Amino acid sequence: MVFNVLLYISLGIFSLGLVFKIFTWFSQKIGFGAEAFTISSRLAAAVKGIAGIIFSLKLFTLVKVFFLDVIFQIRTLKEDPLRWLMHLSIYWGFMLLLLMHALDGIVTEKLFADYYSTLNPYLFLRNLFGAMVVVGLLLAVARRLIFKVPRLKTNAMDYYAIIILAVIMVSGILLEGMQIASPTVFAEMEEEYAALDDEADIQALESLWVKEYGLASATVRAPFDPEVIESGRELNEESCVSCHASNKWAFTGYATARMLRPVAVGLDHAGAVNFLWYLHFLACFVGLAYLPFSKMFHIIATPVSLLANSVMSRETSRRENIITRQIIELDACTHCGTCSRYCSAMMASEARGNPYILPSEKMGILKAMVRGKKLSPAERGAVVEGVYLCTNCDRCTVVCPSGINLRELWLTVREGLVQKEGTAPMMLSPFSLVRGLNRKDLPEETYAKPLQETQKALAGEFDSITKPDSLLDLSKEADKEGLYSGDNTFACCFGCQICTTVCPVVKNYDNPVESLGLLPHQIMYCLGSGLTEAASGARMLWVCLTCYQCQEHCPQQVKVTDLFYELKNMAVQKLENQLN
Amino acid sequence: MNQYALFLGCNIPVRVKQYDVSARMVLKQLGVDLVDIRQFNCCGYPMRNTDPKAFLLSAVRNLALAEKADLDMLVLCQCCYGSLKKAQALMTEGGDIQEQVRRLLAEESLEYNGNVKIKHFLSVLYHDVGIDAIKQQISTPYKKLNIAAHYGCHVLRPSSVTQFDDPANPTLIDALVEATGAKSVDWPLQLECCGAPVIGIDDDLADNLMQKKLTDAKKAGAHFICTACPYCHIQFDTMQKRILSDNGGQDALPAILYPQILGLTMGIDGEQLGISDNEIDISHVISFLSKE
Repeated sequence: MVFNVLLYISLGIFSLGLVFKIFTWFSQKIGFGAEAFTISSRLAAAVKGIAGIIFSLKLFTLVKVFFLDVIFQIRTLKEDPLRWLMHLSIYWGFMLLLLMHALDGIVTEKLFADYYSTLNPYLFLRNLFGAMVVVGLLLAVARRLIFKVPRLKTNAMDYYAIIILAVIMVSGILLEGMQIASPTVFAEMEEEYAALDDEADIQALESLWVKEYGLASATVRAPFDPEVIESGRELNEESCVSCHASNKWAFTGYATARMLRPVAVGLDHAGAVNFLWYLHFLACFVGLAYLPFSKMFHIIATPVSLLANSVMSRETSRRENIITRQIIELDACTHCGTCSRYCSAMMASEARGNPYILPSEKMGILKAMVRGKKLSPAERGAVVEGVYLCTNCDRCTVVCPSGINLRELWLTVREGLVQKEGTAPMMLSPFSLVRGLNRKDLPEETYAKPLQETQKALAGEFDSITKPDSLLDLSKEADKEGLYSGDNTFACCFGCQICTTVCPVVKNYDNPVESLGLLPHQIMYCLGSGLTEAASGARMLWVCLTCYQCQEHCPQQVKVTDLFYELKNMAVQKLENQLN
Repeated sequence: MNQYALFLGCNIPVRVKQYDVSARMVLKQLGVDLVDIRQFNCCGYPMRNTDPKAFLLSAVRNLALAEKADLDMLVLCQCCYGSLKKAQALMTEGGDIQEQVRRLLAEESLEYNGNVKIKHFLSVLYHDVGIDAIKQQISTPYKKLNIAAHYGCHVLRPSSVTQFDDPANPTLIDALVEATGAKSVDWPLQLECCGAPVIGIDDDLADNLMQKKLTDAKKAGAHFICTACPYCHIQFDTMQKRILSDNGGQDALPAILYPQILGLTMGIDGEQLGISDNEIDISHVISFLSKE
C-alpha cells in the first residue's frame, strides 16, 4: 500500500517534471533575436524539422549517432578512456538494472518465461550490473576528489547525482546481503518452499545454508558434522535448488552477508531487512521524482542534443529550432569539465579569478539566466567577460562528449549580452575578431553601439580634459605609481614625432587629431607631463594596431607601443574599479 | 634534434586549417618532426590590451609545457610568436606579475626556467633546414610567378624582442619565396600592418589598411600575396573575399600561404596542401609550375 502510493506519487512528479522540462525547451529564450519567436511557432518549427529529418536520408545519420554516441559513447572514449569506463559502467549498469531488476514485472518476466530473481543468470547479472555502477561511482568520486583534474569544478548538483546513485546502490547491496544473512528470511522461505516438520531436518538445512549460502544463525554453529551437511544438501536438492541458485553467485550480496555475519542476527531482530528495503525504495523514488530537475536529466537531454546536432546546421536549420536546441543543450551539459580542461582561455580564468571564462561554468550561469535568475551588476560583468573572453578556438565544441555546439551558443549569447550590458572592455581587443567576421549575421544598426559605448566609458574624463578651452590642472601631482612596469622611457622623448609620422593609423585619417583624440607623440608628451589620465583616454590607444612601427623607429628608444598597452591596461582597470 | 613542439594557436585549427595541413606536409618532407601538445592554450596575445597578468600567465604556461616536454617550440602564427617572445623577455625581469605567474603555474606543477627556444616556422625553414636543403626538395620550381611577400608585424617588431630578421630591411621571406623559383616583388608597403588586429574594433580602418596594401602589391605586379600568419591570412583571404563580393568586383589579389607555395614545388598535391580551403580561388597557381 505505502509502496504503491509512494511509487505513484514519484511517478507523477517525474511525469509532470518531464512535461514541464520539455515545455521549457520551447518557452525559454536564449541569445540574440530569440524574442521574435512564440512558443507555438517554435513547436511548429520543431515538428516540421523532425518530420523533415525522419523522411530523409538523415535518418541513417540519426541511427548511427544513436548507437555510436548515445549507446557506446565513442566521443568520451576518444577523449578519455578512464572516464569512458566510468560513465559506461554507470550508464550500462544502471540501465540494465532498471530494465531487468526494477522493472522485472514489466520487462524481464514478459521476455523470459523462466525469470526468477533468485535464479541464474538473473541473480548473478543483478550483482554484476550493481557492481558495474559501484565501480563507476568510485571512479567518479576519485576523479573529482582524488585525481584533481585541473579546472574540474564540483558543484552541488554533481554531489547530488553521485550521492543519490550511491544511496540506491549501497542500500540495494546491503539489502541483498541482509536478506542472505537473515534468519527470519530463511525461516519464512523454509516454511513456504520446504515446509519441513522435523526439527532435525530444519537444522540440517539451516546448517548447509550457514555453511554455503551466507546465512547467519543463532541456533546452529560451525564446525558442522559432515553427515548433517549431507542431509541438509539432500533437503536442499529436494526443496530449494529448483528456484534458488547458490548465493555465491550473488557475489556482492554474499560478500556483504559474510561481512555482516557477526552482527547479522542482532540486525535481523532489529528489523534491518525492512529498514533497508524502505531505504532502497525511497531512494529510488526520490531519484525518479527529482530526475527532471537534477543533473540526471541529462540521460534524456544529452541524447536529444547529440541527435539534433548530428542533423542540424546554422546554414540549413530554422532559427527557431536552433534556439530550441540551445535550450536543450543547457540541459544536456553534464558538467563533466572536458571543455574547461582544453579551453584556450583557461589561464585568463585563473588570472582574473573569473570562473565564467571556463565553458563548463558558463553553462551553469547561462542555465540560471535563461530561467530568469537576477544577477548582481558584478556577476553580470563577470558573465559578459566570461562570454567575450573567448578565442573562438572551438576546442570546447570539438571535445564535448554531449555533442553540444558550444561555439554557436557563445556566438548567440555573446551578442545578446553585449547589446544589453553596453560596456565590455574586452570588445576593444582582438577578441572582437570573430564578431567582426560575423558582422553580416548581426543587425547593422546596433553593431557599433556597444563598441562606442565601451570606448566612451574607457575614455573617462578625456573629453573635458582635452577640450581646447579647458584648463589643465597642473597643480595635480603626477601619478607616481602610474605605470606598473616602471617604464619611464617616455622621459627620453625629444619631440621628433617620428612615432606619429610612421603610424599607419594616423596616416589613415585626413584629420587624425579629430579621429584619434591624441596622436602617438602627444600621448608621450602627456606621460612626460604626468597627465596619465588624459593619455589613457585617447581613442588612439584602442585602434592601435600594435604593429610596433613607432617603437621600432623611435630614435630615443621610447617603448611607445608597450606604453600604449600599459595605458590601455590602466584604463580597463580603472573602469573595472568604478563598475565594482 | 630536428623535433619541435608545434604551437598552432587558436585561429589556425578553426579558421585557417590549410596552414596547419600544409605546414605539416612540407615539414615532414624536409625531415622536421612535430610533436602536438594538447594542453597548450592561448598565447595571450588578445589579452594584452586588457589584462597584463592574464596575458603573461597564458603565454608562460605554454613555455612551461614545452619545457616540460623538453622541446623547442615551432610557431605558425606571427601574433602568437610575438606574444610568446614578449612573455619570454618579460620573464627574465623580476616583478610582481612574474611572481604571481610562477605561483599560479606551480599550482599545476608547472615551472618555467627559460630553457625553451621559440622559433617561427619560417625561421626553422630558413635557418635550421636551410635554403639549399629546401632547393634540393624542389622538383617543379615556378616560372614567371610574382609574389608579394608579406612579413606580418609581430615577427619583425619590436626587433629587440622578436629577433626574427632585420626590421628595416628583412630578407628572410623573400629568400624563401625566391627559393621556389618565384620572384619576390618590391612593394613599398611590404612591412606595413595588414589591419587584422582591429577587425571587429574598427572595421573601416581594418579594410582601408588592407586595401592600401593590396593596391600597392598589385601595382608591383604581384600575382599572389604570400602570408605566413593566420591573422594576415584571414584578412587577405576571408575579408578580401567579403569585400569583393560586396563590390561584385573581379580584381582580387589572392593570398597564398607560404607552405602552399613551397609544397606545390616539392611535388605535393594541391589537395594535401588545402589549396581548396582558401576562400579566394588560388588553383591557377599550378599553371606557373614548370614541367618536370
